[in-house]
Order: sequence, then C-alpha cells, then structure tokens
Amino acid sequence: MKDVSFGQYYPVDSFVHRLDPRLKLLFLIAYIVAIFLASNFYGLAVCAGVLVLIVLFSRIPLGKVLRAVKGVVFLVIFTAALNILFYNGETVYAQWWVIAITKEGLIFSAFLALRLALLVICSSLLTYTTTPVSLTDGVESLLTPLKWIRFPVHALALIMSIALRFIPVLMDETERIKNAQKARGADFESGNLFKRIRAMVPILVPLLLSAFRRADELGEAMDARCYSGSHQRTKYKKLRFGWRDLVAFLVGAALITGVVLMRVYLPAPY
Amino acid sequence: MRIVAEHLSYVYNPKSPFATAALKDVSLTIEEGEFFGIIGHTGSGKSTFVQHLNGLLRLPSSLKRYKKKKPKKGQIPPPETVLRVGEFDLTDKKTDFRALRKSVGMVFQYPEYQLFAETVRDDVAFGLKNFSEEKLTEEQLDSAVRAALEVVGLDWEEMKDKSPFDLSGGQKRRVAIAGVIVTRPEVLVLDEPAAGLDPLGKKEIMELLHKLHREWCKTIVVVSHDMDEISENCTKAAVFSEGRVVMVLPPRELFRRADELTSLGLDVPLTAKLAAALAKRGVEIDCDFTTEDFIEKVLALWSARAREGGGA
Repeated sequence: MKDVSFGQYYPVDSFVHRLDPRLKLLFLIAYIVAIFLASNFYGLAVCAGVLVLIVLFSRIPLGKVLRAVKGVVFLVIFTAALNILFYNGETVYAQWWVIAITKEGLIFSAFLALRLALLVICSSLLTYTTTPVSLTDGVESLLTPLKWIRFPVHALALIMSIALRFIPVLMDETERIKNAQKARGADFESGNLFKRIRAMVPILVPLLLSAFRRADELGEAMDARCYSGSHQRTKYKKLRFGWRDLVAFLVGAALITGVVLMRVYLPAPY
Repeated sequence: MRIVAEHLSYVYNPKSPFATAALKDVSLTIEEGEFFGIIGHTGSGKSTFVQHLNGLLRLPSSLKRYKKKKPKKGQIPPPETVLRVGEFDLTDKKTDFRALRKSVGMVFQYPEYQLFAETVRDDVAFGLKNFSEEKLTEEQLDSAVRAALEVVGLDWEEMKDKSPFDLSGGQKRRVAIAGVIVTRPEVLVLDEPAAGLDPLGKKEIMELLHKLHREWCKTIVVVSHDMDEISENCTKAAVFSEGRVVMVLPPRELFRRADELTSLGLDVPLTAKLAAALAKRGVEIDCDFTTEDFIEKVLALWSARAREGGGA
C-alpha cells in the first residue's frame, strides 16, 4: 500500500516547487497537448527531453518518478500488446489467423507506450511538486471565469483539496486496519480473484466507517469556525507570477511550437 | 514463550525525506509469564517495537544485504540482529508467520475500529476461522466465541446476534479484544488498551487483563504511557525513549528513579509523587508504588507514631 505514491507531495525546495501552481497546471495541459500533437519520435524525444529537464530541476529522485509509472505498467503493457497483435502493418514478421506482428505495429506500440509513460510521469510531477493547498488555489484561480455563470468554483476547489488532503490519511488508516486484520489471521495475498475481493471486506467496512466519521468531524469543525466559503473570503497566500514562471512559460511555448514545427517539417512516420 | 530482541533497528520510509529511525539498536528480553509494561512518549518507538513481535513489521531486507557484506579493514561489523519469539526466529524469511500470529495476539490502539462483521459472533469468530487448519463446525465456533465473550465479561445470549456497531464504546472494545484472544494466544500484546476510556472503563480493562493473564494468556505485554497503569499492574517495565530502551526494571525499582524519568519527559505514578513529597519532609516510605502497598506503609508509619506519641 505504501507503494502508491501518486498524488503525494514530495517536500523539497526546488525551482519547480516554487513555480506558480496556475502556471504548472497550464504547463501540464500544454505538455499533454504537445504529447498528442507529436506525430513522430522526434517530437516525443523533445517532450521526453523537456520532462528530464523538469525532473532534474525538481530535485525529485528518479526512483520516485519512475514509481509513478509502476501503477500503470499493466495498462501500458496491455495497450502495447493489443497494438502489437492487431495493428495492420505492411512488413509482416509473424502471422496467425487475424493476428499479425508487423514492423509498423511494433513501432506504433513503442510510440504509444512512451506517450503513456510521459503522460503519467508529467501528471504525477505536478502533485509531487505542488502542495494540495496551492494546487487547489491554482485551480480555483484558473476557473474564476466560471464564477460569472454562477458555477460554484470555490466549493469545487474545496472538495478537491479535501480529497487530496485525505489521500495519505486514508492510506495510513488502510494500513492500520490491514495490520489489525492480519493480526487476526486475515490473508490478502492468496486465493483466486473472487476470494481476494471477499478478503477485502474486513478492510473496506471499517475504512468506510472511519471515512464517514472523519467527514462528520471535519464538517463540524469547519462549522464551528464559521466557514461559509463566501466570496468575501481573503487569501493568506496570494499567488504571484514571478521570473521562474516566465521561464517555464517560455519553455512550454517553445515546446508546443517545436512539436508543431516537427509535425509539419519532419513528417517521418514514427 | 520467551521474547528476545537484540540490536533491533527499524527505519520508516528509508531513503526518502520522510525517513525516520523508529528503533535504534533495541535489545530487550521478555520472560514467559510476565505482565510486561512498555512505557514511552508518542514516537518513542514502543508501538513499532511491538509490531515486530507478530511479524507485522519485518526486518528490512537491506539489513540482510548489509550483513552479508564483508566489513572493511578496521571497521567493526554491525552486531547481528536477533528477534525470537519462543521457537519462532523472526529474522528468518521462512518462518511460518501465520502460526506466529496465532500464538502472539495483537490488540491495536482503538481496536473497536477494526470491527466489520454483521454480528458480534461473526466478528469474534473471524480470527478463529482464519487460523484453524480444518473447517470448524458451527458448534465449535459457537463454543469458542462464547468462551471468549464470557472471559471479557459480555453475555453470550445477549450479544451474539447484535451488530457490533450498536454497542457502547467499552463493549465494542471488549468485543474487539475477544476477537483477538479467541484463538488462545500464548502472548497477548496490547497497544494502549485503555486509551480513550473513562476512569471506570480503564479500571475494568486492566482488571480484564489480569483475568486474562491468570486464565488465558501466559504473557501479557502492554504499551502505555499511563504510569499508574504500569505501577499498579506490571511485573516489569521497559522505558523507550527516541527509539532506544533506556531502562528495564520492575516498577518498584523503576519509579525510585523518578528524576531520570522526569528528565525523559515522562510522568511518575501518583504514589511515587506522594512518596517524593513526603521524603522532602523527612518521611521515607519504602513501598512498591502500588496504591495498596503505599496505603499499608503509610498506615503502619502512622500507627507507629501514634504509639510513640501515646507512650510519651
């Protein structure tokens, strides 16, 4: 359970950590667009290069970054396998019934796997380098235009930040309950799928109960402090755009431009 | 079962900014039949230590790798870690941890939060079903659950079909304890068993532990930071501080060293405070720091003085 590192803030001080969360969010969106615009390996290589730079500047250990991919390894392998087997290519290496392994299929699968990996790493870098609070502030600030159509932006941001904040808490809780049931001889590691799902009941019931109890307590505590989420609420930490953000903005803009140019001028199929 | 730990260390989240050394070179022996207390602040490593006793926390594999490495010249090799509970060698990966957990019962803090089944009977029977080799009949389960419920002071007929979530706090805790002792473990480890209960509830839980010690489990290990609880109940106690064991003494000797305990930021029992206050005024009371013994000694002193006064 401790391996689930996605969504957990990694507390070091770095260039990336100090960036404005709004910029980081926009950068992530731009990056994802760039990944999908990249139509050949040159484009993806540039994206990967930028990601390596970000990782270096964020001072997050490589193992931690790669662990984010671990969670989706199954998905990556699954899609890659499907593509290898069913992609309609011209250079056929092996064929059996409707299944054919082709050169194009192999290349396309590798391309797709790389794309997915970049996507996951970049998204998890956002939560590694941004505290839930500033992430929420960023989302709220970016969604401000929606307030004009009376969309409850603040409530949405609050829900998000509470959800993020309680991921590690519930994780600890799960660990605790799991240990308690293990001490009573519960077995979570053996048996078939059905048996394993049934084995989760002694964890899920107490976990749900405790989540509801926490929600109740949190609600009451917020009420006791007269929390109302009204629009007059001021902020303790104001978001400011600084020189770092300008640098990051330029990198992002350059990335998109570069990928688009490569799409146009280097139309090599992968 | 005798519990032996030597040079035991444990680091949470190794190689990350969250890394914290919870145990540093802990050596401790708990003899069979003891009512053993473990005292310490939050974060002193006491809970981490007891979680090793039934294999919930295992010795990290890195330790083994380190052991295999040949020491460089002039470097003293690190002392070998030993962790044995009875016949079980916990440094060995091949140990049967299921059998270990059957004979070392573990009651966590706020055990009522682990209840999950629809009825009290099913919840208490959970551990029993998990640990038994062959399938037990309903009658066998019933009789074992009944015995466990009765020893924790709950009525079988009244309780068996109730939902554990409809019970009071104290009752829930008893059900949770019954769910651990139902397999008749030889060693029972409890982490702050009386936390969050009112004074009467605390007293009842401690009485229950004595009853269990007499009739049910040979060895009891209690983690606590309530010094009165330790002085009244334990045969021996270990003091943990910042991941190390600082003292291992019977309470009657331990609480004589009130100054050392205070300097570690720990409290002493009320009897020890009173004894210290009286000592300041020139009245030495030599007791074992249980309330009963303290009163006896004070009364004896009192009547001796009264006789002297009467004689003069």
